[in-house]
Amino acid sequence: MNHAYVSVEGIARRYPGATIFEDLWFGVNRGEFVCLVGHSGCGKTTVLNILAGLEKPSDGEVIVDGQAIEGPSLDRAVIFQGHALMPWMTAEQNVAFALSCRHKDMPRAQLRDAAREALERVGLTAAADKKPSQLSGGMKQRVGIARAFAIAPKMLLMDEPFSALDALTRGALQDEVARLVSEADQTAFMITHDVDEAILLADRILLMTNGPDARLAEVVVNTLPRPRMRATLHKLPGYHALREHILDFLITRSRLMAQGLPADWNPRHAPEVRPGA
Amino acid sequence: MLIPFWRSSLLSLALLILFLGAWELALRSSAATGGSVVDAEYAALVGAAAAQGGQTPMPMPSEIAARLWQLLRDPFYVRGTNDQGIGVQIAYSLARVGIGFGLAALVAIPLGFAIGMSPLLGAVLNPFIQVLRPVSPLAWMPLALYTIKDSSISSVFVIFICSIWPMLLNTAFGVGSVRREWLNVARTLEAGSLKTAWRVILPAAAPTILTGMRISIGIAWLVIVAAEMLVGGTGIGYWVWNQWNNLSLADIVIAILMIGLVGLLLDRLLGWVAGAVAWQE
Repeated sequence: MNHAYVSVEGIARRYPGATIFEDLWFGVNRGEFVCLVGHSGCGKTTVLNILAGLEKPSDGEVIVDGQAIEGPSLDRAVIFQGHALMPWMTAEQNVAFALSCRHKDMPRAQLRDAAREALERVGLTAAADKKPSQLSGGMKQRVGIARAFAIAPKMLLMDEPFSALDALTRGALQDEVARLVSEADQTAFMITHDVDEAILLADRILLMTNGPDARLAEVVVNTLPRPRMRATLHKLPGYHALREHILDFLITRSRLMAQGLPADWNPRHAPEVRPGA
Repeated sequence: MLIPFWRSSLLSLALLILFLGAWELALRSSAATGGSVVDAEYAALVGAAAAQGGQTPMPMPSEIAARLWQLLRDPFYVRGTNDQGIGVQIAYSLARVGIGFGLAALVAIPLGFAIGMSPLLGAVLNPFIQVLRPVSPLAWMPLALYTIKDSSISSVFVIFICSIWPMLLNTAFGVGSVRREWLNVARTLEAGSLKTAWRVILPAAAPTILTGMRISIGIAWLVIVAAEMLVGGTGIGYWVWNQWNNLSLADIVIAILMIGLVGLLLDRLLGWVAGAVAWQE
């Protein structure tokens, strides 16, 4: 795991009298899309916040590009669960604000052009001058996506970015993110509890046991061929085996494994499975 | 149900006419029946107005209107220190409120910002704020007069003291309750603290800050009248007291009307600014 872009090394989150998760080890390689799946309460969002540098782990550390994380960085952009747009700025100003943080000396006109271009890539040219309150939920999240991609981060972190959207919008945005990620060969880490979303997007899917005391139970390698489209996903060979395996984990094994892990389970190398192969 | 504006205005106007008419009629009828005859010696003492036996000193709306017209025809004359137009007096008061309020904003908004950002500083300053806030600003007047030794600046200081609290508390509250997720966005973008303060926290807290400013300007306009009555010299408050000494009640009614209208204008002005910085989720 030494050559991984991100290396999570034994992180834990403890509160007095309670351990949310501990002894978490995994890596994310350059250009890889990793999904973390687990039930509520296993500390998924905390894991993402630690990767983002917004929170510090109670134990362990995260190495990015050979350096331990000290705090948030422009190299790791976050797409938040709520869109987290500033309501007093227009869509364009929201993106331009992010750009102005990346390019400190860029003149205003250039920032505006770059912001427009970023919005164009997510199909929001017409909404550039609108405030978030004038946009639908899906459009707001698109602005959030445009903002994250605009600063060309080395890694993209997503915290259930589509969970607040209706099914149709969610599907469209999943395809959009899949396209943008593959275009940019973007390294990405995403938290979700939507199994199909994980299968569509991820190269590897990390499964966490139920909290408290959550652990990384196993790593599912997604062997389905790319490009994957939502509409044809279920026709790909191995899809059903993969989906069944993850669902089975979420429904029964996540609970059973929280009560007792197998004797040969190694926190540093959670078992890797390829149910779709 | 949305009530059309013209209908409510028409009713307001009708109410006003009814009220003024009743006022006028009541005074006219009491004048007709003939009031008490004033003692001749007392009449000589208090002057011509009171000496006219049956006439009540309470003015009728028609008299007030005539006097208002007279005052507004030339509001900015200056004929010596004790005889200046009503416009000049209001301008003095507005200047004092403007300076006191402006200085208070310069202190309260940055300090409120610091308190909102630092819970420790907030906890340290809280006892002082809580004790000083309920003090009537006029209670500061003797201290101000003693230390500053200038009555006009003392009244500015009183305005400063009374406008500072709502702005301070509202700014601290607005800054302290900026959404965590916006701050997280700024952090992940590595926006510096100055940029975060200017582009994220200030606009997020602006509506709350403006509410504080609006409360402050209202209080300042209330207090300036009392402060000027106390220190004298110039200003609408002093003018009111002067007209009371002249037993010119029509002027006092006019002053009340003017104070109300200027207060309304000040509030509308800040309301307009508040509308400009308001945001909607």
